[in-house]
Amino acid sequence: MADPRAGAAPAERPARREGGGGGRKQYFRRRKVCKFCTEKIDVIDYKDVRLIAQFVSERGKILPRRLTGTCSPHQRTLTLAIKRARNIALLPFATGT
Amino acid sequence: MRKYEIVFVLRPDMAEEEVDKLITQMEGVVTGTGGKVEKIEKMGRRRLAYRVAGHREGHYVLFLAEALGDTVKEFERRLKVTDTVIKYLTVRVDEDLQRAEKYKAFRAKQEARRPRSKASAAAPSAPPAAATETA
Repeated sequence: MADPRAGAAPAERPARREGGGGGRKQYFRRRKVCKFCTEKIDVIDYKDVRLIAQFVSERGKILPRRLTGTCSPHQRTLTLAIKRARNIALLPFATGT
Repeated sequence: MRKYEIVFVLRPDMAEEEVDKLITQMEGVVTGTGGKVEKIEKMGRRRLAYRVAGHREGHYVLFLAEALGDTVKEFERRLKVTDTVIKYLTVRVDEDLQRAEKYKAFRAKQEARRPRSKASAAAPSAPPAAATETA
């Protein structure tokens, strides 16, 4: 009874909730790591639209760190790069309606 | 001397020869004011992310030059005067490149240090080696 995993067998419990316990939504969230750290990109080039566009929302907003997992120093340089790219019309200031 | 990166966008209705002519002209501006052109790159005709002066496309041209502030001043003045230039951006890059160099050197140092610690840790048992891997 004390072991939460013992109660996993009963049919009324949804099968995908494997972690059990708490009743809170439990799903495995992949640990986010900074893309620029792992790929060893020192200079974030504002001309590299393919790379930078990944960190911009569909509406052209800069995505927050909590969503992308970028580390703080890289987020700062990334922000600058995005703003430069916007200036030279490689990225939009705003899109959509 | 500082390193500058200047990108400018030309009107899409310009012919290739006209673009080349302007590029050689701008090259002359850099060398004429005591600068040194390191790289000229035609990034080609690209779609603009938003409309600039009524255009949806533009020829992107990149200049990388080692120069003084006066060169940039003159360069930007010329760009402003030229009607076919619809947008430009100047970025000073020497500091960023220096910083990148530093990071690279730092990583190389770490890389050089790591195999040694791994070799010494591999002999006693496996876990310490795994620990150094993550560290």
